[in-house]
Amino acid sequence: MLPTDPLRPHTTEGPLLQVTDLQKSFGTTRVLSSIDLHIDSGQVVALVGPSGSGKTTVLRCLNGLETPDAGTVAFRGGPSVDFAAKVPKKDALALRDRSAMVFQTYNLFPHRTVLENIIEGPVQVQKRPRKEAVADAERLLARVGLAEKRDAYPFNLSGGQQQRVGIVRALALQPDLLLFDEPTSALDPELVGEVLTVIKELAEEKWTMVIVTHELAFAREVADEVVFMDGGVVVEHGHPDQVLRHPREERTRRFVQRLLNPF
Amino acid sequence: MDWELLRTSFWPMLSGGLTGTIPLSLASFAIGLALALVVALMRISGQPVLAGIARFYVSVIRGTPLLVQLFVIFYGMPSIGVTLDPWPSAIIAFSLNVAGYAAEILRAAILSVPKGQWEAGHTIGMSRTLTLRRVILPQAARVSVPPLSNTFISLVKDTSLASLILVTELFREAQQIAAYSQQFMLIYMEAAAIYWVFCLVLSSGQTVLEKRLDRYVAH
Repeated sequence: MLPTDPLRPHTTEGPLLQVTDLQKSFGTTRVLSSIDLHIDSGQVVALVGPSGSGKTTVLRCLNGLETPDAGTVAFRGGPSVDFAAKVPKKDALALRDRSAMVFQTYNLFPHRTVLENIIEGPVQVQKRPRKEAVADAERLLARVGLAEKRDAYPFNLSGGQQQRVGIVRALALQPDLLLFDEPTSALDPELVGEVLTVIKELAEEKWTMVIVTHELAFAREVADEVVFMDGGVVVEHGHPDQVLRHPREERTRRFVQRLLNPF
Repeated sequence: MDWELLRTSFWPMLSGGLTGTIPLSLASFAIGLALALVVALMRISGQPVLAGIARFYVSVIRGTPLLVQLFVIFYGMPSIGVTLDPWPSAIIAFSLNVAGYAAEILRAAILSVPKGQWEAGHTIGMSRTLTLRRVILPQAARVSVPPLSNTFISLVKDTSLASLILVTELFREAQQIAAYSQQFMLIYMEAAAIYWVFCLVLSSGQTVLEKRLDRYVAH
């Protein structure tokens, strides 16, 4: 297997990411108080918690969509960024390039075909030969069952298809870390399964992923670790069965109960 | 009806349109649009000084008559030592004027593209400039075609003002023919008809362009 095979992660062992004391406020609202996170290569981490708990903000900080006020984010092999000091632009960009985000609302480029959406990053940014990028994109599309949609525009696709394209667009960048921001929250219930199936297959291939999700059953099935956040702190984390079935903290227990019995 | 006059006056007027009105409109619109993009980006840059300059510029252009702008540049500037020929004066005045109006159109169009598009550009590794060029502007273009077409059509008609700073274009030809023939109604109606045809062509061009840019939007 070639190391640049877009179907396979680069590395599958050892620590990949260490987040220490991450802090973020919007105006006077403290969104993240002090977040620590450790992720190994090949690990799937599910970030769960009530709305407003800060889980999406953690994800966005990792991809440089938000700049934390303080804390460090360190990838094995660099960069290691300390946000308490002024961050050199070079480091911020290097950090951004280690991960790729899959958005809740897909955010595909509506004026480009499915194929163009996928090769945009590899060709325009990574300067890879177009032919090679197209070949990779076609293989990835076939992989998620959308080979025949390569020349369609996003508006012709269902939500589930758009999100699968969103996943492929992230994969095509060959990032070390895939970030999923509530990838099924905008989908009709009957389309959730097709997206979760793709994510599950990626987990089996040992992609390193952080998934913000409300699908607890799914988290229990695919995650190696569940991190429960509330009010900008990590309340508890550990094996899915431990956190979701036998939570140690009252707050976790209440949250899980609420999701299992909404009425 | 003086058919002979209608016939002999048609070619000078049409040629005034083809060698005056149209090139003046095209040049001014192209330069004005480029300038408008700069002004629009200054306004949304988030930098108070740049945004302030842009806002001031738009305010002055929109708050003063085009004819006055034209006269300041052609008749006013020589007194501070800058003497320009009619053509450059007209192109400068019309470009600056178009920029003031088009800047607001472009600003609104850029802001109408969802924030998630900027974020998608960011996550695939694009710089802000590259995202603007490859993601945002193509989508903003679609939104801005109808209002920009309006601006362009207004410009075509407004170039008749250039006759007052001695640019040989459609309306100046019309005035000269009217003056010696004394057939004001006939000649000015004929000039109006030619302007109208020009604008009809532009309108159909707008329709074609909108159709082309609409191909990726659900109907």
